[in-house]
Amino acid sequence: MLSLEHVSVSYDGTPAVVDASLEVPDASVVAVLGPSGCGKSTLLRAVAGLERPTSGTICWDGADLGGVPTHKRGFALMFQDGQLFSHLSVARNVGYALRLRRPGQPRRGSGDIEARIAGLLTLVGLEGYDARLPGTLSGGERQRVALARSLAKAPKLLLLDEPLGALDRKLREETQFELMDIQEKTGTTFVIVTHDQGEAMTVASRVAVMDEGKLMQVSTPDRIYETPQSVYVADFIGDVNIIQGRATQSGDKVLVNWAEGQSPFTAQTATAFAPDQTCWLAIRPEKIAISADRTDHANTVQGKVLDIAYLGNISTYHVELPSGHVIKAQEANTRRIARRAFTWEDPVWLGWTDTAGVLLDR
Amino acid sequence: MKRTASLVALAALPVGVLAVFFVLPVAGMLGRGLWPDGSFAPGAMLDVLARPRVGRVVWFTVWSSSVATVVAVLLGLPAAYVLHRLDFPLRGALRSALLVPFVLPTVVVGVAFRQLLREGGPLGFLDLDGTPVAIVAGLVFFNVAVVIRTVGATWEGLDPRPAEAAAALGASPARVFTSVTLPALRPAIVSAASVVFLFCATAFGVVLILGGVRYASVETEIYLLTTVLYDLQGAAALSIVQLVAVVGLLTVAARVRRVPDPTVQRAVPRPHRPRRSDLPQVAATALLLGLLAAPIVALVTQSLRVDGAWSLTNYRNLTTTGDDQVLLVPVTTALRNSLQTALDATWIALLLGLLVAIVLTRRSRSAGERRVRAVLDGFFMLPLGVSAVTLGFGFLVTLGREPLDLRTWPLLVPVAQALVALPLVVRTLVPVLAGIDDRQRQAAASLGAGAMRTALTVDVPIVLRPVAAAAGFAFAVSLGEFGATSFLSRADHPTVPVVIFRLLGRPGEGNYGMALAASVVLAATTALVILAVERLRVRGVGSW
Repeated sequence: MLSLEHVSVSYDGTPAVVDASLEVPDASVVAVLGPSGCGKSTLLRAVAGLERPTSGTICWDGADLGGVPTHKRGFALMFQDGQLFSHLSVARNVGYALRLRRPGQPRRGSGDIEARIAGLLTLVGLEGYDARLPGTLSGGERQRVALARSLAKAPKLLLLDEPLGALDRKLREETQFELMDIQEKTGTTFVIVTHDQGEAMTVASRVAVMDEGKLMQVSTPDRIYETPQSVYVADFIGDVNIIQGRATQSGDKVLVNWAEGQSPFTAQTATAFAPDQTCWLAIRPEKIAISADRTDHANTVQGKVLDIAYLGNISTYHVELPSGHVIKAQEANTRRIARRAFTWEDPVWLGWTDTAGVLLDR
Repeated sequence: MKRTASLVALAALPVGVLAVFFVLPVAGMLGRGLWPDGSFAPGAMLDVLARPRVGRVVWFTVWSSSVATVVAVLLGLPAAYVLHRLDFPLRGALRSALLVPFVLPTVVVGVAFRQLLREGGPLGFLDLDGTPVAIVAGLVFFNVAVVIRTVGATWEGLDPRPAEAAAALGASPARVFTSVTLPALRPAIVSAASVVFLFCATAFGVVLILGGVRYASVETEIYLLTTVLYDLQGAAALSIVQLVAVVGLLTVAARVRRVPDPTVQRAVPRPHRPRRSDLPQVAATALLLGLLAAPIVALVTQSLRVDGAWSLTNYRNLTTTGDDQVLLVPVTTALRNSLQTALDATWIALLLGLLVAIVLTRRSRSAGERRVRAVLDGFFMLPLGVSAVTLGFGFLVTLGREPLDLRTWPLLVPVAQALVALPLVVRTLVPVLAGIDDRQRQAAASLGAGAMRTALTVDVPIVLRPVAAAAGFAFAVSLGEFGATSFLSRADHPTVPVVIFRLLGRPGEGNYGMALAASVVLAATTALVILAVERLRVRGVGSW
């Protein structure tokens, strides 16, 4: 098991990773998700031993990796564009790690190596590519070769830095599933760095959201989405309405005063709020119902349709409230578009339950 | 049609100049050897090649150049790493300093090594004066900068991630170097080594001064045969051998020069602070620095000593014509000549170099056009490898008589020097011009800029600094050019290297002291020019 305890990394005094703690159980997939420049690649490089933490420890099965150089960690690292050795054939690339011999280790027979290479190429679906040179491969094929190369020595941990970032969208989605398939077959532990939330949610059993060098939240994909712990995480993952207000708590219910002269919203929470504490109500657009008539939800509010984003299967309505707030509500287009009950400028009612949103204190 | 016409127009001037001032003299020189009495007699030439002395000379040239190349590569590699991958204070100054030996006048280097190794000199006890070791050391001194520059430029831009991937796969640092880094550097190393070999095999001043009478290379032998023995057939035979070898070598070098794959995204490595594991490389670089500094320090020190005491007498004597009036003009006049000549050579080299670079970097529209470009590319590199002596003597025999008597033409020496500097200018400008993304021009055009305005706003600003750097380089090379100049400069209008060589050949402590002082002045001038060039921070200057 990989564990990071209070790891910080800085470049020339500029912090890139700040006090990051993370556990990666064996055979699991953890995605580190964040915008570019948030320090996620640096975190990965620190695990690989390519950057030295300025403080904190990185441990494998409880043993500190501090003094262990990259090539003795037994991990493998895969880059965005594969970084194949362009002077070596596909088979030589895949067999690279197999041909490295440690003092004291027996030399692997070449037949043994050939068989292993063939097996790996089959695993990634590239049978017969042995003699090809990296320059002749497509982006997707290069990534597969890189994956096979990384898996050759059955690494304890595979670190993937934006592994699918260079692929176009359709290929990326296909490859995501193949990657997961291979992960399950080999039982390798994966740490994937990505800026693509869809990719993180698809492939990972746990997602670590990172911003400005800090790990904001580490949790399962559904909990990251449904119960973000901060406005940043709520906003970064998916689409969300954030309504700022002041809290008045009674038991597990909180009244949120969000605008002058408007009745407060109610929300359920397990967090304790001080009277009049600033809070943020985060609600996903798909959890807000939109209708021409008033509904009996715990929270209802009237506004008029400002804009409609038609996405085919769903539509997102931008509704302006009298207070000036614009709330996004999403509805599945279960009827033909001509049968839609309301359109631009129409007055509508929005409604949601007191458990639909999450109340955040930061 | 219009394109072809404009290309021909651009190429006409450099091709014409090269034809008249390079092909004609060299051909004239070769003709003298092959048609000794007006009839074709190649047999006589073969006899020349069968002479035992010629065999020895060729063999010496090959092995001394090979050894010097290997040593230069071995010394240059760690320095290339330290200067281009590590980050430490004064790195820029050190890089500039290491470039200086490359442009130091050959005569100066010869004098400096003599000074270091002669009896009673700081390293006199090694008894190396006049030995092949001294010659090889001199050649390495010159050329190690080529290795550092060429390999360093590649190393600097080398994507660090393949090496990191290899390390993550379990390869030790040594294994990463041999299996990933070295293969990636190989084209640069081969390219640098072939150029270094070329420079070593055609070196003139260093071998002439350090070799004395015992050791001759092909180049000095041509000089000896033409100026002392008047054996033009022998000289022509050797020139042909040299020309064939050089063309072959240039072809090989052009083959290995790899074009980077533009579709691959590259990460640019950040230089890192020296770590403990970098200690061997740092130590090797420090050693190299010491080796490079020693002859120069010896030269400067000795120029300041007269009769065992510190004195500026040698420098004061630069305004005189030396003991026994061995010179026709004082050294200060020669310095003025040198500066004027180098200035003329610089603008000629720049003009020609720019035209050549533009012609070579226009995108070819057909296979035929591309082939013509490749031939032109090789053609303009030729002066790099043709003996300056052959060139200089060829000038004398072809341009010194009707219908083209140019002996008193004031630009004769500058043109010869410009031809020697031309390959350097072209090699500096071609990557820059080729590196301008055509889409930048298209963007400018789409924003409403005409062809003229596009050139002024896109090309000129990008090219300005490299052109200035190339100019500095051409100036420094011309300032120190000795081989061709020694043939062509008139006795009453000598340049400093010519004067230094003359002073060395005459008896008298005073003359020797003046040669040292003049060497220091010349070295300081070229060093200043090169330091100014380095301030321009043009990537890849001095790399091949």
